[in-house]
Amino acid sequence: MKIRIRYFASLREVTGQNEETLTVPEGSTIANIRTLLLDHYPPLRPILERCLCAVNRAYVQPETELHEGDELVFIPPMGGGQPRRKHV
Amino acid sequence: MNPIIQLTREPLKRDELVAAVSDPTVGGIVVFEGVVRNHARGKQVRYLEYEVYEEMAYPQIQQIIQEASKRWGVDRIAVAHRFGRLEIGEASVIIVVASPHRAEAFEACRYIIDTLKTTVPIWKKEVATDGEAWVEG
Repeated sequence: MKIRIRYFASLREVTGQNEETLTVPEGSTIANIRTLLLDHYPPLRPILERCLCAVNRAYVQPETELHEGDELVFIPPMGGGQPRRKHV
Repeated sequence: MNPIIQLTREPLKRDELVAAVSDPTVGGIVVFEGVVRNHARGKQVRYLEYEVYEEMAYPQIQQIIQEASKRWGVDRIAVAHRFGRLEIGEASVIIVVASPHRAEAFEACRYIIDTLKTTVPIWKKEVATDGEAWVEG
């Protein structure tokens, strides 16, 4: 099956592209794709370790199974600034 | 009213956002404006580059606004975020919340900016005098 993967920020710079389409086995999970990407782009390791993942524009867990046509994005940490500490 | 959400490369227009949420029922308007600072982590910042995953940022911001509306009963809200290159002193984000009383507007505005910063896929790169780096957390 084919999935579309889009790259932003540090991932875009390391991969040198905005997106690519990958052909992967049916039943692949995000974790499988992550392994594949590390093979293709070893310098991604420290970045991917801190990424969240989104499929079809919603946050999901890494064990999520992918389907034909899914749009996968690894979301590197955002520049969150300094919000206040939780208060009651 | 339907909330206003803008993701744009153009300079943000604070006055227009304030006008858009204004209404005779409103007794207080809180505006948060995030601007580009000339220093960070001991570095001299030259400018910032913001990048956004637009198709996901919109629904994420929508969700945050919905939650703020539910918690504080405010429904006159505008959120605008700029991306691309921003110079020192320029506004990167503006949140405007209008409500009959100020307390709800302050709370909702703070909730929106704090949540936006941690959950909406918008990244910033600091270009400093001695190099550049994507800012994380």
